[in-house]
Amino acid sequence: MNRFDYVRPQTVADAVKAVAGGNARFIAGGTNLVDLMKYNVEQPDRLVDITRLPLNAIEARDGGLSIGALVTNSTVAYDAQVVERYPLLASAILAGASGQLRNAATTGGNLNQRTRCYYFYDEATPCNKRLPGSGCPAIGGVNRIHAIFGTSPSCIATHPSDMCVGLAALDAVVRVAGPEGERTIPFAEYHRLPGDMPERDTNLKPDEIVLSVDLPDEEFGPHHTYLKLRDRLSYAFALVSVAAVMRLEGDTIASARFALGGVAHKPWRDGDAEAFLAGKPATQETFAAAANIVVAAARPQSENAFKVELTRRAIVRGLSQAAVGTPQSQSDKRIA
Amino acid sequence: MLIESGSPGPANTIAISLTINGQARTLDVAPWTTLLDLLREDLDLTGTKKGCDHGQCGACTVLVDGVRINSCLALAVMKDGASITTVEGLAEGAGLHPLQAAFVEHDAFQCGYCTPGQLCSAVGMMTEGHAQSREEIREAMSGNICRCGAYTNIVDAIQDVMQSGAAK
Amino acid sequence: MANSINSSGTDTYVGTARSRVDGPAKVTGQAKYAGEFSAPDLAHGYVVSSGIARGRITAIDTSAAEAVPGVIKVLTHENRPRTAWLDYNYQDAVAPPGSPFRALYDDKIHYSGQPVALVVSEDFGTARHAASLVKVAYAAEAPTTDLSAQRELAYEPPKKRSGIKPPPAPWGDAATAYDDAPIKVSQDYRLAVEHHNPMEPHASTVVWEGDGKITVYDKIQGVANTHGYIAGVFGMKKDDVRVLNPYLGGGFGSGLRPQYQLFLAVLAARALERSVRVVLTRDQMFSFGYRPDVLQTVSLGADASGGLQSIRHDAISGTSNFEDYQEVVVNWSGVLYDCDNVALTYKLAQLDTYTPSDMRAPGAVTGVMALEIAMDELAHETGQDPIALRLRNYSESDRTEGKPFSSKSLRACFEEGATRFGWSTRNPEPRSMRDGRELVGWGMATGIWESMMQQSGAQATLTADGKLVVGNSTGDIGTGTYTILTQIAADTLGLRMEDVTTKLGDTDLAEAPLAGGSWTAASSGTAVMRACQDLAGQLFALARGLDDSPLANVDFERAVFKEGRIAVAGDETRGIAITDVLRATGTDTLEATGSAGPDAAHQKAFAPYTHSAVFVEVKIDEDLGVVRVTRVVSAIAAGKIINLKTARSQILGGVVMGIGSALEEESMLDHTLGRFMNHNLGEYHVPVNADIHDIDVIFVDEEDKANPMGVKGLGEIGIVGTAAAVANAVFHATGKRIRELPITIDKILG
Repeated sequence: MNRFDYVRPQTVADAVKAVAGGNARFIAGGTNLVDLMKYNVEQPDRLVDITRLPLNAIEARDGGLSIGALVTNSTVAYDAQVVERYPLLASAILAGASGQLRNAATTGGNLNQRTRCYYFYDEATPCNKRLPGSGCPAIGGVNRIHAIFGTSPSCIATHPSDMCVGLAALDAVVRVAGPEGERTIPFAEYHRLPGDMPERDTNLKPDEIVLSVDLPDEEFGPHHTYLKLRDRLSYAFALVSVAAVMRLEGDTIASARFALGGVAHKPWRDGDAEAFLAGKPATQETFAAAANIVVAAARPQSENAFKVELTRRAIVRGLSQAAVGTPQSQSDKRIA
Repeated sequence: MLIESGSPGPANTIAISLTINGQARTLDVAPWTTLLDLLREDLDLTGTKKGCDHGQCGACTVLVDGVRINSCLALAVMKDGASITTVEGLAEGAGLHPLQAAFVEHDAFQCGYCTPGQLCSAVGMMTEGHAQSREEIREAMSGNICRCGAYTNIVDAIQDVMQSGAAK
Repeated sequence: MANSINSSGTDTYVGTARSRVDGPAKVTGQAKYAGEFSAPDLAHGYVVSSGIARGRITAIDTSAAEAVPGVIKVLTHENRPRTAWLDYNYQDAVAPPGSPFRALYDDKIHYSGQPVALVVSEDFGTARHAASLVKVAYAAEAPTTDLSAQRELAYEPPKKRSGIKPPPAPWGDAATAYDDAPIKVSQDYRLAVEHHNPMEPHASTVVWEGDGKITVYDKIQGVANTHGYIAGVFGMKKDDVRVLNPYLGGGFGSGLRPQYQLFLAVLAARALERSVRVVLTRDQMFSFGYRPDVLQTVSLGADASGGLQSIRHDAISGTSNFEDYQEVVVNWSGVLYDCDNVALTYKLAQLDTYTPSDMRAPGAVTGVMALEIAMDELAHETGQDPIALRLRNYSESDRTEGKPFSSKSLRACFEEGATRFGWSTRNPEPRSMRDGRELVGWGMATGIWESMMQQSGAQATLTADGKLVVGNSTGDIGTGTYTILTQIAADTLGLRMEDVTTKLGDTDLAEAPLAGGSWTAASSGTAVMRACQDLAGQLFALARGLDDSPLANVDFERAVFKEGRIAVAGDETRGIAITDVLRATGTDTLEATGSAGPDAAHQKAFAPYTHSAVFVEVKIDEDLGVVRVTRVVSAIAAGKIINLKTARSQILGGVVMGIGSALEEESMLDHTLGRFMNHNLGEYHVPVNADIHDIDVIFVDEEDKANPMGVKGLGEIGIVGTAAAVANAVFHATGKRIRELPITIDKILG
């Protein structure tokens, strides 16, 4: 871990000032940043400790719910309003990491966590995300866990969050502040595809800070699910995950949204597939057809072709679960 | 200018206040020192273990203001003002905490290296109050790896304490 | 029970369930591990690791690291102090044939992750930071790490590894018998490379005592091995080196050989004449031994009813380019079943990796996995129940050595395990059992491990207050050695366990072997028993010599040591308290030693093995490839069980690791870089609590005479066969036969 200055501002304005210029980073939960600093992947010259900023509330906003950037993952997952109105979010959060990590990790930090690509983490190897221009040995290398959608010749890494997959399906909005004041970023535009700048994970500017994640005023009743498939039954990143919400009118899908985790550089949504679902009967055939629309865009790597079929099946199961209102339990690992 | 409490000390250190196992302390820490390294290297509280140093095993679990976290990923300077409980501080007085006694009785460990983290994690989990059934305990304790494979005994020990109401 | 240790014929402690005597130290954080001992002025070393797998270091620039305040020294191959010249001096007690790895020896890179520098600083944080500033330039060459590509270059190791039996000479004519057999099963099997990953990373603390003397706390499964290694490599007198390791945070074989952090810590301490600690990172735990990749083919020929007519088992194991690592992979196929035509081969192929190392049940995990899946395939082919097939081919003797078994209660394992599991209600048809959406599979397999014993010493000291201290230099690696030796000592002398203290892991104690191979209970247990028996003799002599002794004219054979007294068998009111004997004779301390080793005559006549039958239930969401192991019954035949509580834990642990082996564990190599890529606990998956459901352990009665206590050992047997039982259950659930483990989601889908 390199040497750095440490500052602890009390206000958002001071925090934004403190992070400007140089190679500074905000730190709150630290569960990813400290991890990356020990691997020399992140080498900031200044850490701006934002844990004292007043961004720690969950409050009503525009009929929806605004979750402060510093609210921990655990607090969100067990918050009565979240559990009541956005149970998908609670379910997605509880599918990730461990109790200890969720107690420390924050909402804003979760948005900005970085990929778990082996090569990104290993400074002995090239990586375009860590060291732009150095190459991507994951292409043709050990890439069982890598992306099948939206990859580029420079990067095939995935975004690792579960929470963000839920937020993507919920059409959340990210509220940020910078030197020029506040702005909002629709969730679908928050994370980027790698393109030829894989070093940039998000569209958050270097001197901007996340203030909150705002959830829109919507109700899905019991019609939601977070389905996570991984290499062990807990405490592992997703090979494929599905977050789905659905509004039903009788047996007909009025509208549905779903996002995928573990398969792309960002929570992956497919507008065509979602549009296809609207007005269709909530049947296996409909779900399979929607899944086929999604996986048609898949471009697997040397070791992860199985993810294409797994994604297809996971979408069908996820939509089926959402339709019948049986969220996946994280304690009983049986998948309903 | 921006630091509310604590001020730059000698050799890049910052003075912070921590209450560790009930004892108030003022410490000069470098900003890059993790809470885990502070405990193990500087304070000789080696009961808290370093198994991976990256939040992937849970051996370093301690209670910060009663909440279980991975101390390997927490910078000590950021915990200024907090109250820390480690395995050395779980028991009140000279005896064992009920969970410590249950771990011995149920043989909930072998090599013992993950044990302090398992204990702190279980105490934190019981305070959280979200896990009741065996299945829920297994899930809630999945952030603590035991390579010796004592999991079934760990769950037995926790259930024993939860059912006897002796937790806390 | 037979083989009672106490002279009265009944034991108070041995054979019962007892909590660990080291339990309170472990649950309060007071138990100290190798990297936790301190010393005045302790310096901290941090290892810089090679990023390439093969080639040379062309330049190494340590100036930026050395410029960091607090850095004391950066050691590299260019400035390292001299150490011994001959390979012989680096060969530890369990080294395979070859040239042991020497850290910082020269500019040559043998494998990815090889240590290339040690940064020594005043504190850990500074050492880690400065290590990131060491710049190493390499001339890299293309590495060879793909075993499949080396098949044609495989060779029989010219020099055999001490203690590892090579494959037996073939008997009968396996090839012809196979060709003639009406039923044939011939398949390739493979188990992924696994890393031990004990929870405690490898660590050594070297305390500089002055005058060239050092005290070393080393993560090792037996301090005698470290002691000999340091003496050999650094030319030190053994009297100048004391090695301790009272607690070991898991070994599973990774702590059998002294690892490079020890070498580096001693090197630095001697160079600086200062105390030094070196602790490896979790990622560096992937930079030395591992369970090797082995290409296996098992071919079984049988008659229509499943009677084996031919067994062939061929294995090619990866090793390093500097040592010929060997383990027993194929021999089990000649021991477990009775067959007239058997041919077993074992070869090696070199890879640009570190040398593999013994990992819990080395060889057996790998070989028995293949054999026991093949047997399940044969059961399916012939329509036999898997247990019936195994009984049909049950071996009554070890045909690899032509000896009867010292005991073999595998039939009882089948019977009791099957009953507990409910095997009789199994529908043999694959895909026939369901629980809601999930397919249910029931599978079973046999496990086997050789019961061994090693030459071991022990000592015992009784003081006037009636307190007994026993011990030797072996380690308690979590197996419960402290506890069982305490039980054995207490029963031998009729004392309370509370009055007995066991000391281990210190070269100042009587020499004992490494804790490994499941031999510790038999070896150290017998040695401690004998030391205590010697004490008993001394006490008896003192007691009988007292004026008006109640034992006057009583022979030692009639003396009973019980409840702190020496009494007369048949008339236990006649006797005297041990403390009274000591007081009356003015004895402050009584000391004794004991030793134990394999009984050569018995060894020549009998083959000692432990056996198990493992039954597994899986539930599988076939669409999504999710496998859950919902129930395991492991029935064990391992002779006498000293402590039912710690023994059960040994089996639980073996089963859990076996489930990991079956479903999760895999060290993934990038063959272009020659590097294990998932070198951390986030991406190298070992079972977590949620993965482990119900595990039931049964110890069947078994009387054995291979050693005086009738103990066969438990450290390995719990894992052997477990992975095969899981794989067989997966087949029963899905009808899909998966022969490359771990069985991950992609393979269920594929």
